[in-house]
Amino acid sequence: MTEIALRFLIGGLVVSAFALASDFVRPKSFAGLLGASPSIALASVGLTLKQHGATYVAIEGRSMILGAVAFLAYAWVVGQVLARSRARAATGNALFTAVVALPVWLGVSFGLLLLFSRMRL
Amino acid sequence: MKIHLDTSAPREAQAHDYAYRFVFGGLVTALAGVIAKISGPVVGGLFLAFPAIFPAACSLTQSHQKRRKAEAGCDGTARGKNAAAINAFGAALGTLGLMAFALALWKLITITAPAITLLVGAAAWLAVTLGAYKVHECL
Repeated sequence: MTEIALRFLIGGLVVSAFALASDFVRPKSFAGLLGASPSIALASVGLTLKQHGATYVAIEGRSMILGAVAFLAYAWVVGQVLARSRARAATGNALFTAVVALPVWLGVSFGLLLLFSRMRL
Repeated sequence: MKIHLDTSAPREAQAHDYAYRFVFGGLVTALAGVIAKISGPVVGGLFLAFPAIFPAACSLTQSHQKRRKAEAGCDGTARGKNAAAINAFGAALGTLGLMAFALALWKLITITAPAITLLVGAAAWLAVTLGAYKVHECL
């Protein structure tokens, strides 16, 4: 329980720091790049390393590459939907579109994981 | 456009914006730890690249642009939506940096000190992110 609370606290702080940094940076298209910062990884690595060791973190790092590819697909889909939507349509609402499109991230990341695990067999 | 700092922007963000980011960021990080514990590092690692602040960042960009236009007496609905779309395309580019960080973590953590791995990873993230932005600007 303490570990979860610690992860919550560190994660909240690191994610907030990156979000704050993206508030300062202009142009907005560059600030968007900070939206894909390794905030969760930076917040987690220390604790994971202490508990499970370097090999465990290396495996997480390898999977993280697939998660990042899925993030690329997800952000691109959200951008396309927003760019093509009418301003007053539900899909023109950024929060709605970003939340509804989250299965894209899940589908691509787990799909890639399945693909790569099969290729290794 | 040259990358610069706009110190007026954080004044636009309100206390609940920061609270939302803190809580959501904390929840996702804690969740990633729980998933790794249940499913192991292969599945848990995916969640290290979960779009944690992306929905909030897009939403805040949209509402800030809308508010700015409203203060000027205009309807900023379309402007807000377009700003959020630009933010999303920026994040898509930023994932290249995220991949560089993950690659450094994967390849270096077992052979170098953790601090060096994180430093190299962060440097790789920043270099690739800046590079991707410069290439995008030239196109």
